[in-house]
Amino acid sequence: MTDTALHDAPDRGFWRAALRSPSFVAGELLTGLFVALALISFVWTPYDPAAQSIATRFRPLFDPAHFLGSDHFGRDTLSMIMVGARTSIAVAFVAVGIGIGLGVPLGLLAAANRGSLLDEVIMRANDLVFAFPALLIAIMITAISGPGAVNAIIAIGIFNIPVFARLARGAALTLWTREFVMAARVSGKGPVLISVEHILPNILNLLIVQGTIQFSLGILAEAALSYVGLGAQPPIPSWGKMLADAQTLISIAPHLALVPGFAIVLTVLGLNLMGDGLRDVLDPKLRRSRT
Amino acid sequence: MSLLAVKDLCLSISGTEILRDIDLAVDAGEILGVIGESGSGKSMTALSIMQLLPRGSETGGVIALDGDNILAHSEAEMCAIRGDDIGMIFQEPMTALNPVKTIGEQVAETVMVHGKASKAEAMRIARETLDRVELPGDRFPLSRYPHELSGGQRQRVVIAMAIALRPRLLIADEPTTALDVTTQAQILTLLKRLVDEDGMGLMLITHDLAVVADIADKIVIMKDGEVVEAGETVALFRAMKHPYTRALFEASSHQPARVPPTGGAGAVPVLEVKDVIRDYKLPRTSFFRPAGHFRAVNSVSLTIRKGENVGLVGESGCGKSTLSRAIMALEATQGGVIRIEGEPVTTDKGASLAARRKMQVVFQDPYGSFNPRHRVDRLVAEPFHLLGSEAPKGAARRKAVEEALVNVGLSAADADKYVHEFSGGQRQRIAIARALIIHPSLIVLDEAVSALDVSVRAQILDLLADLSDRLQLSYLFISHDLTVVRAITDRVLVMKSGEIVEAGDTLEVFTNPQHPYTRTLIEAAPNLEQALAAREAAAAAPAE
Repeated sequence: MTDTALHDAPDRGFWRAALRSPSFVAGELLTGLFVALALISFVWTPYDPAAQSIATRFRPLFDPAHFLGSDHFGRDTLSMIMVGARTSIAVAFVAVGIGIGLGVPLGLLAAANRGSLLDEVIMRANDLVFAFPALLIAIMITAISGPGAVNAIIAIGIFNIPVFARLARGAALTLWTREFVMAARVSGKGPVLISVEHILPNILNLLIVQGTIQFSLGILAEAALSYVGLGAQPPIPSWGKMLADAQTLISIAPHLALVPGFAIVLTVLGLNLMGDGLRDVLDPKLRRSRT
Repeated sequence: MSLLAVKDLCLSISGTEILRDIDLAVDAGEILGVIGESGSGKSMTALSIMQLLPRGSETGGVIALDGDNILAHSEAEMCAIRGDDIGMIFQEPMTALNPVKTIGEQVAETVMVHGKASKAEAMRIARETLDRVELPGDRFPLSRYPHELSGGQRQRVVIAMAIALRPRLLIADEPTTALDVTTQAQILTLLKRLVDEDGMGLMLITHDLAVVADIADKIVIMKDGEVVEAGETVALFRAMKHPYTRALFEASSHQPARVPPTGGAGAVPVLEVKDVIRDYKLPRTSFFRPAGHFRAVNSVSLTIRKGENVGLVGESGCGKSTLSRAIMALEATQGGVIRIEGEPVTTDKGASLAARRKMQVVFQDPYGSFNPRHRVDRLVAEPFHLLGSEAPKGAARRKAVEEALVNVGLSAADADKYVHEFSGGQRQRIAIARALIIHPSLIVLDEAVSALDVSVRAQILDLLADLSDRLQLSYLFISHDLTVVRAITDRVLVMKSGEIVEAGDTLEVFTNPQHPYTRTLIEAAPNLEQALAAREAAAAAPAE
């Protein structure tokens, strides 16, 4: 990370610059599509995603009654994808929220007390969490309190804390040596006030970009946990669970695996493109119009 | 025919005109000084000659190197010319070198890129070149890394890289601006010697008239992308036909009008520093040995009376910045007391709020001293935090901000703008407004005018002198620039290796320096008038 990345002036023409970035537009369209599907599912789905109908099982793609086919219980795939998007987005959103909500204050605190024992304790504790894979934490939590979407959120959320703590600390450290922070210290402002007033607004760019990328990782992690049966429990549909169910039937009905697979790939791709695009737009060094 | 002849050079970048009809010429063995303030296009002229312009640039006219038009060459052909026929030296020696490569490799690289020699041969040339820039092999082996060298030594390595292939033309863009005065004098002497030895042409770009007055044969003065005056050095300075040249000349030796301070000697001094010590712990070299100490400030004492301006002069690393941070209670001290109007700056509970209300600071970098996301009114009002609940609110706060802005020569409406809408000089005015808002008795000016152009610097100095007289302000003026210190201070302190080696009335110290270090500093500082007189004397001598 460079000094210039933090030297950004207030964002004039953010949308103008954003709409010129092809990756941001493509990412936003893809992400927007899945968010829209999730929102629509609250008021309308083609069928009840949990309703079974043995008579119409294993319908192929683009069947007149079932647009994306139906599974071995005759449940409508499109309805399940729509409600599953809800689960994925909710889990990832809350998990990133936990990461930002706890990680950023910890990182700022560590940076404000750089070189002290507190800094060491915070950062080494983060290293410790980083050393555990998210899946392992999830298994630990499930072993204690049983599988479910909430536990998946907690597991993924804990894994997000050190990511944001490290990012916030690293970026804040370079800002603490800057003259405007010195001037604030001469004005008698304490570390907490300086962190909130001067440091946080200047690292927001980085946090937004990292948040988008962590969001996509959260969706992947949720799918992985559901796949091994540690995420959302039936009858709540989830993309990872759909994949796991489709695995044994892949020779009879490959589309059952393809549809949730593509849903995951496209959402993650969309979020990553959006993160990349945001970085280009928010980083003045890369923004061509402002050289 | 000249070595380098630039004719009617025009440059526009994405439609904006940057340079207009630039004419200049450099002969072999000649030094051309190019002078201008920021935005005058002097660096862009150099980059045009190197063809290292940003994307979207369009050039017109002719740049002829020995009669060969550079502008007609392809990028591949330019790569062969750069480094071989034309060498370039940049301003910042800290960033011009690759920190993970040894100095030998970096100098040899230039030779090898042009396919002039094998690796062993290139290393031999590198050794020879480093010897030529006075970095002898016994003290500076090729295996040294840049971080093991001082700023001046690094600049010598950069020069070695530029001259390794004995180019016909050397372009130096502000080569000494980032260096201390004594180092600056050495680097200039070195450049002059290399020009004489190799018979190459040197284009020396700078904003400092005094730097070129001493060594340049010819001078070109640029303003807003045009050459306003050109000619032989001494003649040009003596005649100064163009008003802009005169303005530059006057600004560079500008002396703001000042009323001597009237503050009584008996009153409580604004700042009292007594036997202050600042130790840094060094990293342990061995687990079993105690960590070493580095004493950055060694029992320093000084006093500033009301309305008095005191200069603190010294080279980088002498401890003057550490001392200023200790005065502002931004850094802990290991001994001694610092009092502002009798109030100690640190108490048992950390920095004292009461003492901080009486002092403010203005930093060097007009671009880094403000949070880019806040508006000017919020930035200027920041020190009100010191007053806690007594701070004015609402309309009174707004009025105080506007008053401070008007005091520094800005308009009240500027309060609603963001800092990026202001130029460097205006930003420095905002920084002064921020310092003024709580009516302090002491303002620490940490290299506050060093990053400004000469004409802007003259205006800011006038402003500071005026404020000091009107508001009975005291300044601690920290600078490495002796001309500026001489212009604005009543007393001056000279600092070396953490200690104050000489103190006294500014005029007295400058005209009759006692300590040998002070003498070295004053001799090394470029002085336009002396340089011109010396050159005229030298020119007259053979005629007799």
